[in-house]
Amino acid sequence: MSHDIYSSEGLYRIVEKTDLSPTVSKHVIYAPLIAVKAKAGHFVILRSREGGERIPVTLVDWSPENGTVTVIIQSIGKSTTEMNAFKQGESFLDVAGPLGTPVEIKNWGTVLGVGGGVGIAELYPIARAFKEAGNEVVSILGARSKDLLILQDEMASLGRVLVTTDDGSAGRKGLVTDAMKELYAAGEKIDAIFTIGPIVMMKFVAEASRPHGTPTFASLNPIMLDGTGMCGGCRVEIAGKPKFACVDGPMFDAHQTNFDQLTKRTAAYRESEKESLERYTKDHKCRIGLH
Amino acid sequence: MENKPKKPTPSLKHNLGRHQDPAARRGNYDEVALGFNLEEAVTEAARCLGCKTKPCELACPVNIKIPEFVDLVYKEDLGAAASKIFETSLFPAICGRVCPQETYCELHCVLREKFGPVSIGRLERFTADYARKNGLITPPPCAPDTGKKVACVGSGPASLAVAAELRKLGHAVTVFEALHEFGGVLSYGIPTFRLPREVVRFEVDMLRKMGVRFLKNVLVGKALTIEELKKDFDAVYIGSGAGLPSPLGAAGEGLAGVYSSNEFLTRVNLMGAHKFPENDTPYYIGKRVVVVGGGNTAMDSARCAMRLGPESVTLLYRRTRAELPARAEEVENALEEGVKLEFLTAPVQLEGDERGRLKRVKCIRMELGLPDASGRRRPVPQDNTEFYLEADSLVVAIGQGPNPVIQQTTPGLATNKWGGIIVEEGTAKTSLDGIYAGGDVVRGGATVLLAMKDGKAAARAMHEKLSSGGGK
Repeated sequence: MSHDIYSSEGLYRIVEKTDLSPTVSKHVIYAPLIAVKAKAGHFVILRSREGGERIPVTLVDWSPENGTVTVIIQSIGKSTTEMNAFKQGESFLDVAGPLGTPVEIKNWGTVLGVGGGVGIAELYPIARAFKEAGNEVVSILGARSKDLLILQDEMASLGRVLVTTDDGSAGRKGLVTDAMKELYAAGEKIDAIFTIGPIVMMKFVAEASRPHGTPTFASLNPIMLDGTGMCGGCRVEIAGKPKFACVDGPMFDAHQTNFDQLTKRTAAYRESEKESLERYTKDHKCRIGLH
Repeated sequence: MENKPKKPTPSLKHNLGRHQDPAARRGNYDEVALGFNLEEAVTEAARCLGCKTKPCELACPVNIKIPEFVDLVYKEDLGAAASKIFETSLFPAICGRVCPQETYCELHCVLREKFGPVSIGRLERFTADYARKNGLITPPPCAPDTGKKVACVGSGPASLAVAAELRKLGHAVTVFEALHEFGGVLSYGIPTFRLPREVVRFEVDMLRKMGVRFLKNVLVGKALTIEELKKDFDAVYIGSGAGLPSPLGAAGEGLAGVYSSNEFLTRVNLMGAHKFPENDTPYYIGKRVVVVGGGNTAMDSARCAMRLGPESVTLLYRRTRAELPARAEEVENALEEGVKLEFLTAPVQLEGDERGRLKRVKCIRMELGLPDASGRRRPVPQDNTEFYLEADSLVVAIGQGPNPVIQQTTPGLATNKWGGIIVEEGTAKTSLDGIYAGGDVVRGGATVLLAMKDGKAAARAMHEKLSSGGGK
């Protein structure tokens, strides 16, 4: 089956939708141009409807044959909640991509992937690409609790998986960095680390690997607007210099990243985000039990 | 119209059209300049001498047939007047609003010195608006299909002009846009109070009716490369603009509340953040807004910010009022709306609170020294003049460089030291065969009208190449 990448027919239709947990859904979207170009580390910008905002989401999977791309969205605010309420057969108004610079895939030896929460979904294609490039892949997957763990089987198909949960409901109780420290203490060979998850987690992953000198890369998640390099809203400080995460990243050297500035910048619209979500949930009967 | 003045009557009062009251417009995003009604337009048109030498027409970058269309306005034949303009430009409602006529057609009007020039821009705008609202506009006919395919990268003024010209000549044109709306700076940059979006959409739709294909959400350079486009199209035009914001270079630019003008204007103009939470995109400006810069983008940013209801908007410019690059009309409008201008002032450091939000701006005073390379007197920092401005947000509007994505991903494409694409004068040819470029990606941040002029010139060169069996 071939797809006309210059046609706009049927674009951005959700051909398959699966709920992975009460707040996390997987969307398989028809977007043939993106499907033929996607590489591990790319992201797309989604917009649900007129008046909607532009949201960056990392690509989890893609199929040039079917002309589809797959994203996994966690309901954390108004737009993501609204997107996860989409049904199979409905369409996003806009999907732009693939955007960003793909991760450089090479043979490091042993690659450790550290994913937190919905970041596991974003880690998966990268870990898969490293596996295909001949690396041994070890993963640490962290979540608040068991029901927020996703893609455990997929990650396990790539190599050894260590699971940690905050409440101990799956794997070992504790943080991903506890599992990291154990690997280091056991003298295991780790040649590079790729981490995706909450900013605070990535920051501590970087701190845990810094004394060992292991090359460590984090997929940064600043606020984005256009995602094409024209506004600088997503600027992050790497080695003291401003970089645009949307075109230069989103994957950067974690040991050179100013995580504190990133944390503060992502909080810039917290009040507005809260107001928007409250207004939405008041108008819509909450389907997913967030409130 | 009864009691119509005889033509020509140059001494009738030079009419600049009606404007929305400053107090009222501070609270809305509706158009500030209200333009003419039919009677005002006909009366203004009556002033035109219909010069045989047409100095106005020669001065127009796209050579609109000015005396002829103005005469048709006088005759109240607005459909014919619109068609007359269409012979050389398909975007009269846009150009009539955003072109700085005072430096082109109206500067050369023979009435200018003695009576004030004919308000050509206002008449062009009136013609387009009247014809649009009354259904008098029919898209111009296109030549039979030539079988040649052209890709235009970007949907700003340069690409739109290329698309219009080449489609009229019978070529198949596809326009690629990275954002979700078409128009480039006409959509994300220029505020609605200067350019209503229905005008942009109408003129884009007209190209669609002529058969131009528009694809959104495609960032050429990432999603598709120029090399890939070259395989599928006979010629490619790069009109990707100057959308790379120049940083201030002051410490503290990473604080929350510090915006590039591109981000701030995109939030409001493209995403409709001024209507949050009805629209989902938020903005943050706080009580005191500082804008840095002196061009039209700085004025647009300051006036947009003013409409979000802060206590104050202060614009910092490092030279004096005489050197302000913004149009005089926009500066006047900004002042009327309450924007404060601080001249000979530059920010040197941005300071934040414990949450990482901007709190105050450390500034210094300047004096003008000797002229620099651009011929303007260089601002020289003065010692011991530091002072602080309290600010919750700051918009940096000190210029834009060419969008870099295509240059970085197109091997062999020659660029200058600012990252602008180098083209052959007059033909718009780049260093790569079959690839053309124009507008801000070549010039750096310039004007809508120069971009359209570039587009028209490029279309002529591309047509010549395509018709001679060339292209690929």
